[in-house]
Amino acid sequence: MSDPLLRITDLAVDYRTGRRDGTPAVRGVSLHVEPGEFVSLVGESGSGKTTLIQGALGLLPAAARIRSGSIEYSDVDVTGWNDRRMALVRGNYVGFIPQDPNASLNPVKKVGQQVVEAVRFNRPKGAPATHYRQAALESLRTAGLADAERVFGQYPHQLSGGMKQRALIAIALAGQPKIIVADEPTSALDVTVQKRILDHLAGLREQLGIGILLVTHDLGVALERSDRILVMQHGEIVEQGPVTRILTDATSEYTRRLLAAAPSRHAGRLQPTRTVRPDSSGAVVLRAAGLTKNYRDLRALDRADLIVREGTTHAIVGESGAGKSTLAGILAGFTNADAGSVQLHGRELTGLNRKQLREVRRDLQFVFQNPFTSLDPRFTVRKLIAEPLKAFGLPSDERVRDLLHDVALDETYLHRLPAQLSGGQRQRVAIARALALNPKVLILDEAVSALDVSVQAQILQLLVDLQAELGLSYAFVTHDLGVVRLIADDVTVMKDGRVVESGPVEQVFAAPAHEYTRQLLAAVPGADLVPAVQS
Amino acid sequence: MTALATGWAGPARIRAHSRRLGDLIRQPVLVLSWIVVLIVIGWALFPSVFTDHSPFAGDTTASFVPPSAEHWFGTDRLGRDLFARSVYGARTTLTATLLAVLIAFGLGAVVGLSAGFAGGLVDTAIMRVVDVFLAIPSLLLAMVIVSVLGYSTNNIALAVGISSIASFARVMRAQVLTVVNQDYVRAAYGLGVGRLGVMVRHVVPNSLSSVIALAALEVGTGVLAVASLGFLGYGAPPPQPEWGLLVAEGRDYVAVHPWASILPGLALAVVVIATHRISTSLRKENR
Amino acid sequence: MLRYVALKVGRALFVVWAAFTVTFVLLFVLPANPVDLLFDPAEINAIPDEVKAQVAANYGFNKPVVLQYLDRFGHAVIGDFGNSVQSGKPVTRAILDVLPSTLVLASGALVLAVLIAFGIALVATATRRPWLRNLVEALPSGAVSVPVFLSGILVLQIFSFRLGWFPSFGDDGVRSLILPLITLAVPVAGPIAQLLVRSFGTELHSGYVTTSWAKGATRGSILVRDVFRNASLPALTIAGVTFGNLIAGSVITETVFARQGIGRMTQTAINTLDVPLVAGIVVLVAASFALINLVVDLICPVLDPRLRATLTTGGTA
Repeated sequence: MSDPLLRITDLAVDYRTGRRDGTPAVRGVSLHVEPGEFVSLVGESGSGKTTLIQGALGLLPAAARIRSGSIEYSDVDVTGWNDRRMALVRGNYVGFIPQDPNASLNPVKKVGQQVVEAVRFNRPKGAPATHYRQAALESLRTAGLADAERVFGQYPHQLSGGMKQRALIAIALAGQPKIIVADEPTSALDVTVQKRILDHLAGLREQLGIGILLVTHDLGVALERSDRILVMQHGEIVEQGPVTRILTDATSEYTRRLLAAAPSRHAGRLQPTRTVRPDSSGAVVLRAAGLTKNYRDLRALDRADLIVREGTTHAIVGESGAGKSTLAGILAGFTNADAGSVQLHGRELTGLNRKQLREVRRDLQFVFQNPFTSLDPRFTVRKLIAEPLKAFGLPSDERVRDLLHDVALDETYLHRLPAQLSGGQRQRVAIARALALNPKVLILDEAVSALDVSVQAQILQLLVDLQAELGLSYAFVTHDLGVVRLIADDVTVMKDGRVVESGPVEQVFAAPAHEYTRQLLAAVPGADLVPAVQS
Repeated sequence: MTALATGWAGPARIRAHSRRLGDLIRQPVLVLSWIVVLIVIGWALFPSVFTDHSPFAGDTTASFVPPSAEHWFGTDRLGRDLFARSVYGARTTLTATLLAVLIAFGLGAVVGLSAGFAGGLVDTAIMRVVDVFLAIPSLLLAMVIVSVLGYSTNNIALAVGISSIASFARVMRAQVLTVVNQDYVRAAYGLGVGRLGVMVRHVVPNSLSSVIALAALEVGTGVLAVASLGFLGYGAPPPQPEWGLLVAEGRDYVAVHPWASILPGLALAVVVIATHRISTSLRKENR
Repeated sequence: MLRYVALKVGRALFVVWAAFTVTFVLLFVLPANPVDLLFDPAEINAIPDEVKAQVAANYGFNKPVVLQYLDRFGHAVIGDFGNSVQSGKPVTRAILDVLPSTLVLASGALVLAVLIAFGIALVATATRRPWLRNLVEALPSGAVSVPVFLSGILVLQIFSFRLGWFPSFGDDGVRSLILPLITLAVPVAGPIAQLLVRSFGTELHSGYVTTSWAKGATRGSILVRDVFRNASLPALTIAGVTFGNLIAGSVITETVFARQGIGRMTQTAINTLDVPLVAGIVVLVAASFALINLVVDLICPVLDPRLRATLTTGGTA
């Protein structure tokens, strides 16, 4: 253990903003990665984890500056090295896997050429071109692209997200590094693809004996894969240790909160903390049948059925391209289906004109995925929540205050603009706005996916409470099976525009009838860890 | 996202204001640009405050006097003070520019908004027409329009304005299309707000900002276009001072008396550079 | 793919036709008495009505507007825009006579402008000295702010009258071309440089550049191998604007340097109200513009594999 691959000691990084002195992004962080070790760095957005690894790779943006501390690779101190010297370390010694595979490959160059470059920068000069080509193909195969010859001649846009990420792994491996740093390598990918990529990374460690430093926001992923975990908050390491110790005996309050918030670590549905309205009959409020939608040659939705019962939550899960957002758009009346019907309280919604549809809006509301784009940046909170009331000519002042209170925000927020709110607060405002007209049904399209785990947990609890109090029914679209377990009564699993399975959550999760559902469940990070903490 | 999430505490509006002032002081070029523009507006509004000389009456015995304390820009062939002519010329040129920008901005915004918001066939039809006007370089189009309307400063303004409608319309439409596809516009429809309400409350306010930045830029470009047409002789008849015309009048003697055209021309260039600098800062603030 | 080409060609033809129509309306329909446009405004009252009627008949102004339009359009399709009022030469002939001179000036200036623009963008992106970057980034907006007639006069004053390096007027030989070339290139380079500085900056901070850093690439090789091509593509989208700037610039440049060419001819044609010649020039310019945009539209898919892909899978543009 005397010679770690990467050792960061007491690193502090500042961001300069204007002429004022910097805001610290990383303060006094130390970490090390040993040969063959899988270390995870866990933190929510703004924790400084990305700045930390940018510092490790010498890729800090111009506004950032290392104020103190050192970075060593195998006891060679590289702190303050310029680009020319760092170029000898990058690729050669440390490989990097970026976050977003869709933006991280040069769109106008063939994949093969991009891998060949990575080989050529890091091998002795003067070898024949075929040698580079062979090495690049080898690297693509090692990254798990069996059809390396074909991928070699393709452009990035011709590959799927998972294949692009494998190509990037190939690029990281091409220089035969001793350690790989991966920055959220799977957060842009579907859960089943994520599992395959992570499996592969873990395999590479065994096979090549390299060290891996994984940066992630997903505690489940970290717990499942690593030898050791470091938890970061506000630029500092608040907890570190082996996985087993963290699971059983987390010392920091923040880690315990993260553990509690992780959806995969809850055994059952969230319980309401407010008074429950007793008269939920369980009658059908929203019924969709045979919904079909084509975009050009693509069948986005293929004869999908859905039933939402009063006072319950029906989750719609699936990976990208499953058609779940198309379904949500049709339910909310944003998109017209090519065939099929939607009924709200027995009233047919398909084929309504704009005016009739507007009347329906009082009972049927929608919450968007991204609270950073769904609120008009020029409106204050008061104007935002009052908008639907004004649209129907209803009095607003008193009602806006009540609604704010319902979503646990106080009146000091009335005159703020969205830019002055955090992500969670914004989503609270969006929910308050959706509730303004006293709707019976809410369609929630990935309504918590853009939020950090701890915030996500709060919003989910809020939704459960509101449902109990107001007798609301939810159609809840999500890609996250952990969230389904927390909030839903029924679940519909979708794949390629079709419904593959539907039923009560306990039944579907305990005994999935369809192979795809089983795959999805198995891919949830940290899924097998649940029993360990159920006590 | 991080900055947004953490930057909300405190009386943010007041802080934003004081920060803006602080930023301004830290950018001397921007401050200088504002000063230049304000002075020139002063020239246009109250020319007699800035010079004691008359722009028309000259002393023919003192023709082509080089720049001096008495005649800052020197005098022209007829012995008229060129600084005075530049100061009085500001009114002609700036009025024409203002008129041109108002025409281009107003009509362009309406056309772009209609195209972007209506979509479909209306959009296609409007944009094909806009294509045609973009295909004729605006200086050429302005020349043709002036030739039809007759030579005068007002007609120059009209011509420059009309020839820039198309580019305003295109920017406005692009911006409207971006805004229309934003979640908050879909959200407004979902909340039961009608089409007109969505347009007035969300689309127009959120689209205008980038068009206003373009309008600021167009002030500079407009001054150039007006002066260019004046230089070519399509503007006010000669005794009237106009910036382009001043340069044109001095041009015949440039070999011997270079200041006669270069100094008024430089004044013009400084004003345009200043407006460009200001419009750049406006665009950055929008982002 | 074929659909895409057909659509783009159709659009280009439409623009040319519409430009012809707009010009016709502006020059032959809108003026209350188009015949008056043909005479010098100072002498208009001295001309007897019979002469006016005679001229009107010659130009077909006495026929219904629709017939006039169809007649002119029919001739324009085969390249006949009538005769120039001033010289009496066919419009097409008059244009072709001066076209080469403008082409040499404009293409030379374009090459120079593109070189300047890339130079500015590369220096601004490659340098690590903030003061140098700020200085270089300020150049383009300066270039578009200085009026062409002023920069022309300045260049004349310095390099011709003071230093005597180049002839001041006329159009003989390469030496007389240098000054107009520089004068025209500067304002044309401005917008291209502004665009390139921006796109070089954006691309330098994009995800795939991070990947290249991580591969162990150096700054130089990243600029050359990764950034250059991706950042240059957007410059094609302002090809039309650049063409417009070249035309507007050559009107002024040719006037300042007393060179013959399309620009100077336009100015004279407008001054003398040579309506057929003006119409011919406008249609020629619009046609060139449409052609340039057509070429850009057809070239882009060749240079960008992503566009190629959307075309072959049948998407519309």
